Amino acid sequence: MTTRSRLPFFFAIFLLITAGITLATLRHLELGIPWLSGEQRPVWMLEARVDFEARDEPVLASLSIPDDPPGFRLLSEQAASPGYGFSVVEDAGNRRAEWSKRVADGQQTLYFNVQLVPDDTNTIRPPRRKPKPDAVFWEEPQATAVREILQQAAERSSTPESMTRELIKLMQPENSAQNTTLLVSGANYADLLVRMLNHANIPARTADGLQLEDARRRQQLRPFLQIFNGERWLTFNPQTGEQGLPENVLLWRQSAVSLLDVVGGDESQVSFSMMRQTVPALQLARTEASENGLGFLSLYQLPIEEQSMFRMLLLLPLGALIVAFMRIVIGIRTSGTFMPVLIAVAFVQTSLIPGLVAFVAVVAIGLLMRGYLSSLNLLLVSRISALIILVIFITTAISIVGYQMGFNTGMTVTFFPMIILAWTIERMSILWEEEGAREVLVQGTGSLFVAVCAYLAMSAPLAGHLTFNFPELHLVILGLILLMGQYTGYKLTELRRFYPMKAYD
Amino acid sequence: MDWISPLQLRKIGMLSMNRRNVDYIARYNERKSYPLVDNKLKTKLVVAEYGVKTPKLLQVVRQQHEISHFREQAEAWEGFAIKPAKGSGGKGITVITRRDEDQYVKASGAKVSIDTLERHLSNILAGLYSLAGTPDVAIVENLVQSIPELARYSFQGVPDIRIVIFQGYPVMAMLRLATTASDGKANLHQGAVGVGLDIGSGRSLNAVQFNRPITLHPDTGLALENLEIADWEQMLVMASRCYEATGLGYMGVDLVVDVTEGPLLLELNARPGLAIQMANGRGLLPRLREVEKLKRPHFTPEARVAWAMSKFGAFE
Repeated sequence: MTTRSRLPFFFAIFLLITAGITLATLRHLELGIPWLSGEQRPVWMLEARVDFEARDEPVLASLSIPDDPPGFRLLSEQAASPGYGFSVVEDAGNRRAEWSKRVADGQQTLYFNVQLVPDDTNTIRPPRRKPKPDAVFWEEPQATAVREILQQAAERSSTPESMTRELIKLMQPENSAQNTTLLVSGANYADLLVRMLNHANIPARTADGLQLEDARRRQQLRPFLQIFNGERWLTFNPQTGEQGLPENVLLWRQSAVSLLDVVGGDESQVSFSMMRQTVPALQLARTEASENGLGFLSLYQLPIEEQSMFRMLLLLPLGALIVAFMRIVIGIRTSGTFMPVLIAVAFVQTSLIPGLVAFVAVVAIGLLMRGYLSSLNLLLVSRISALIILVIFITTAISIVGYQMGFNTGMTVTFFPMIILAWTIERMSILWEEEGAREVLVQGTGSLFVAVCAYLAMSAPLAGHLTFNFPELHLVILGLILLMGQYTGYKLTELRRFYPMKAYD
Repeated sequence: MDWISPLQLRKIGMLSMNRRNVDYIARYNERKSYPLVDNKLKTKLVVAEYGVKTPKLLQVVRQQHEISHFREQAEAWEGFAIKPAKGSGGKGITVITRRDEDQYVKASGAKVSIDTLERHLSNILAGLYSLAGTPDVAIVENLVQSIPELARYSFQGVPDIRIVIFQGYPVMAMLRLATTASDGKANLHQGAVGVGLDIGSGRSLNAVQFNRPITLHPDTGLALENLEIADWEQMLVMASRCYEATGLGYMGVDLVVDVTEGPLLLELNARPGLAIQMANGRGLLPRLREVEKLKRPHFTPEARVAWAMSKFGAFE
């Protein structure tokens, strides 16, 4: 007499189901594991090529490489440069690729490849320490020109951002006053802007951007202007004054350090080529899984062999769910509770039609042989054992005959679990003797029907994808099965069975 | 296809398979009591202490080598029934009515040799008919001779009376008559006729075979309308006592009426079927709820039966 309240039970089920769905959603968002199996994601493959003339002495080449570029996520990077020692060094928050060789002579070419995934959520991180403007010293007559231009720009602006915009506008050739011409004629334009802004007490630096376009070769970096507005670094186009980074521009270098240093070589230069690829989103998620917080829940780290076993194993709960539904809610009678699931698993290996044919053939031949066994008056255990051996004979015979006749599918019969087949035959045979052929037919077709339903559910690509990549969804399946365990309503078949009760209403 | 809407079923108060399992069997039947009813040998012993009679036990075959004793003793018996102690749904029960020289005559009239019976015993011991396929023992009981008033309705086989007992109260009853379709067995799903019996009087209400209403027995051709069970109250009390004996809150009690011994308990069932509702043309749920609502349950079987007869009687 356990009349417990069902509220805690339903609450627990609710928790199970929400936990499953929440975890799956979190992993989808965090790891980017796609809901659907076919989803594709773009990936940029960039190649930096460093050329220089070696002087027959020790060579050290050092290239600034992307470090957490805004708008992108780093997927992988590697260097291809035979004969060179290679390492990636972090130096004061700035990542550099370094090649070294004891002696090199003549034309040298080094490659550095990087794979990047567009990711809008990645923005420029605020620096740990607030940058201070550099002290700049100008000589006359530039000093006067700079002072005047900065004063003009300051008058028209209120914030570091607007100051920068106004300054860039004033520096454009169409506004060219005498002052600007004097300045621009001298030095590098972007460096000039940086110096002027620093002079105006605004921390500024240059950054090198790369316009990403599919299948381009020999591209050069474009300078961008970055200023610090007190909170974070902002990017400006030094020509137009436009704020923000244009789409598909990768900031290859952000810190104020050199792009390429070569010791022991001359005439060094860098050029870039790029290519856009699409890879399955799933593959992308797998590559990144190990590095991520929720990645430990994934099965991707397991050896491939175990992974493929889990792929099968994780489909079983789905089959169990189907069986529970068919028996509890629909009311289909099956021979043996979970025999249909095991048969369905075999169908997944054999594919449906050959599997069905093989299964029916084995059971039918087995039933005939069992008829003879029953007249031998054997003890149950030895009868079942004999039946198992007979089943193995039958499957062997079907495989051999099928192969000789040119049906390779005949061999798939070996995927059926032999013990289950033997028990199925035994049960069917007793059912036949006790309840007649009709009941055998009813339970046999019921079992096959449930097995086919389970097979259809388990072989759907989406089912395989979701169960393997979101194992936590099994919490939802568990919740549903528990919920069905409390279903006290009528089965669908009972509506037909109790039909004569209509007369008594 | 003929369907009935679930709303209509709910209105009638039909107990469904799922509700029976969750709300009644799981809630009122304790697991530890199951072996008492799933093992006919244990049932016999435990109900005897509560004054409930069962058919006389002739022999218990526990081991393979004891089968040879069976051969010696069988010759002395007039008629007997071989049953697996842990069998369910009447599976594995062989009824021998008489001997014909070397052969034994089954209830169906078929003749079998002693070898066949021995093989049957050995199958029972191996667990072929037991609930989980576990090794079993075979019991041999004296043959029940049904009283002619009831026996004439049944085609072969012994008619038995199934009473559903809920917390010691008889809530529904039916008479089960074997037919040719059921091969002399009294199981409704095998084709036996079920005749609903009024709890208040023991009179027949209506009858079904294969879940469809009938008025005449398909084999004997007898009208099933004005059938009445003698000593009805005594039988209900006997069934009600099994509640004290086993502690099972929801069970089916199968009784037979023997010519010489009177009412006998055939077996108990911890998972009684739902077909009894069809035979009665009534749902079980309203009656079960009526019993659940009782604030002060009655303590003696007699008081419970009296209450149930007045509450669930259809006539008067």
